[in-house]
Amino acid sequence: MKYLHLIWAALFRRKTRTILTLVSIIAAFLLFGLLDAVRVSFAEAGQSANGAERLQTSARLSFIQPLPQGLGAQIATVNGIKDVAYANWFGGAYQDPHNQVFTFAVSPNYLDIYPEVEVAPAERKAFDSTQDGILAGEIIVKKYGWKVGDKIPLQSQIFPNKAGSKNWSFNLVGVMKSKDAKAFQSQMIIMHWKMFDETTPYNQGMVGWYISRVNDINQSDRIARAIDALSANSDHETKTQTEQAATANWIKQMADIGLIVTSIMGAVFFTLVLLTGNTMMQAVRERTSELAVLKTIGFSSTSVLMMVLAESVLLLLLGGVIGLGLVSVLAPVMSSQSGGMITHTSVGAGSWALGIALAIVIGLVIGILPAWRAMRLNIVDALAGR
Amino acid sequence: MKFVIGLVTFVAVIVGVMIFLNLPWQGMLVLLGLLALWMVLTRRGQQTWSVTAVGISTLPQRLGSSAVIVIGIAGVVAVLVAMLAMANGYSETLRRTGSEDTAIVMRGGSAAEVSSVLGRDSALVIAQAPGIARDDQGKPIASPELVVAANLPMKGGDPEKDIGSVQLRGIGDEAWKLRTNAKIIAGRKFEPGKYELVAGKGAQHQFAGLEPGKQIKLGNQIWTVTGIFATNDAMDSELWADAGIVGPAYRRGSSVTTVFARLAGPAAFDKFKAALSSDPRLQTDVSTTLDYFSKQSEGTSKAITIIGIVVGAIMAIGAVFGALNTMFAAVATRAREIATLRAIGFRGLPVVMAIMLETMLLALIGGALGGIIAWLIFNGYTASTLAAGTTGQLTFEFKVAPVVLWTGLKWALAIGFIGGLFPALRAARLPVTTALREL
Repeated sequence: MKYLHLIWAALFRRKTRTILTLVSIIAAFLLFGLLDAVRVSFAEAGQSANGAERLQTSARLSFIQPLPQGLGAQIATVNGIKDVAYANWFGGAYQDPHNQVFTFAVSPNYLDIYPEVEVAPAERKAFDSTQDGILAGEIIVKKYGWKVGDKIPLQSQIFPNKAGSKNWSFNLVGVMKSKDAKAFQSQMIIMHWKMFDETTPYNQGMVGWYISRVNDINQSDRIARAIDALSANSDHETKTQTEQAATANWIKQMADIGLIVTSIMGAVFFTLVLLTGNTMMQAVRERTSELAVLKTIGFSSTSVLMMVLAESVLLLLLGGVIGLGLVSVLAPVMSSQSGGMITHTSVGAGSWALGIALAIVIGLVIGILPAWRAMRLNIVDALAGR
Repeated sequence: MKFVIGLVTFVAVIVGVMIFLNLPWQGMLVLLGLLALWMVLTRRGQQTWSVTAVGISTLPQRLGSSAVIVIGIAGVVAVLVAMLAMANGYSETLRRTGSEDTAIVMRGGSAAEVSSVLGRDSALVIAQAPGIARDDQGKPIASPELVVAANLPMKGGDPEKDIGSVQLRGIGDEAWKLRTNAKIIAGRKFEPGKYELVAGKGAQHQFAGLEPGKQIKLGNQIWTVTGIFATNDAMDSELWADAGIVGPAYRRGSSVTTVFARLAGPAAFDKFKAALSSDPRLQTDVSTTLDYFSKQSEGTSKAITIIGIVVGAIMAIGAVFGALNTMFAAVATRAREIATLRAIGFRGLPVVMAIMLETMLLALIGGALGGIIAWLIFNGYTASTLAAGTTGQLTFEFKVAPVVLWTGLKWALAIGFIGGLFPALRAARLPVTTALREL
């Protein structure tokens, strides 16, 4: 530590070069931070503690196949289930048919299953007591500038109403919020299933999927099997899995985010190692005579080795910390641009730890060769400039 | 004053690079031609040539630091090209699925085939509309099809947990007449009236158990896979079976989701569309399949392109500074040499141009290297995603098209340009006397 000022002075001996290299490192770590936020957002989707205690039951045939409403009462009798709710896909679009807004028609107790979704008590009451009331997630409300009390026209891509028109009209009675806008309900709309079922001639008492909450998450597997056993060999066999597993499966089908992120980062850091490694080599080559002087006045070979290593690690750490710090500034912008896909607005402790560890490892890797040269330096030859 | 000049240069460079990145290849050719003419015809051009030649001949001595530019830029271009190739492959696959001379009819307001429902009677009315081409027997070539989603275990995954979604398309005989590009590449077609299906080669790649002769379970029914078909477009990711069997199996009765029709001629589409929209029995959306499938790919391929450009841009910033570093160092080590040149009468411009050309040459090598790496690894690489607007996985191949490579090369040259410009300006501005004295 006592040599810190010496290392610092060596690092900024050539300001332009160090700053230029630093910017490269910052760019690399900025990218690392942003991509890691994306990766973590996807990996964490549905991974909340609440997600593990919810089971999702849908038709085994395919997820667009509806289930009979009577199944709900049967599921409720399965040992270990706290509550059962159900929902239907409405397929809503706002203004333009291609402007899709996730819209579910849900059972009255749907929100009780999702305790992480916050609705003001008055608004919840208004929703429960109105037929054509809807609740919208805060992200959507902000996006379209809606206000509570507005009449919202929605087009269904699937279901016509009684008049045969696919243009439905609803009253916005409240907003669904959640901490950090992480629950998926912050970007969707819910309406009453009963109203939906009575209005469209096409549904006829069918339910899209059931969500049940279990008392003990360790029993989830058993309960899931018990639910599926209810409809085994019928014409509506079900598949039950935890909400976590269902989300993970869906994301896996979307894209292998982990693989994409890892390969980009591999390319970035490989390039970075070569780039910065070259700078360090240059820096040490230039200072050959200075290092020889250090050795002459009594610095041991090991401490010269350590000082050069420390210099390269310090360079990387400096760049890494600034880069990751920049992510904290840029990530909220990215998050709002992604329309709620990317929920991480700051660099998590895990990403910081990984980033710092990477900085240290890369610093050591690129420092070792020049440091080795510095250690093996022959004083006489170096001072003579040979 | 110095600051203002710096700022103006910087802004000019950014604007120039923007224009350059959007330049078509013809414009590039003109620029290259002008440069060549200048170098051959004018005195300064000839000077530039000789200074550049000296610089390039000393490159082997600076192999390590020159490699930084080449490899840094190769990294940027490889990542950029890979991302663009992904977007390109995705939209290409969907665009190829459609054509100008076939039309798709769905229920009005449906965003995708799965969310559409057409009754049997509507399907028959649509098939009789004017504008549809007819086959040898005089029957209209129109194919009513029923698209549903099916769950199948993914290849190489846990058969209970790793379930993927695939589109199952119920078709009739007309579908084969309509899609002349569909070929059975293994096994045979399914027989109507039986629980038999054929799988696309993309779906076969993605899901377990899709081999001719094998049986798979969809819901609680056992289906026999009788063959594999190839269309080389988005349909490759589907399963095809008899519509008469798929309907009851999925409790859809005799309804269909879509009617595809071959149009009689280029002008027939308007006639066809007008006839359907004026028919009071129908409420449908009609578009050419080219239009429909291109629109489906728009959002996703745009998203991939934007991600690619953002990632590429951040990497490019890193590479620019790497190149700046290297070229500043190169200029510093050659300061005496450059000063000598200037002392014996070479002007500033040839010196600037020579350093720029050298950097851009290195950048070009880096860009080509990156492009080749991306092409070797990713061209034809198969990926899949849940396609927007469908309920099945879409398998597509990365396509490193010439236009993608061209974009990568332009980025490489732009990085080289910025990385070379500032060191070159410094070399030209250095007072000759100071530089000569420098050791």
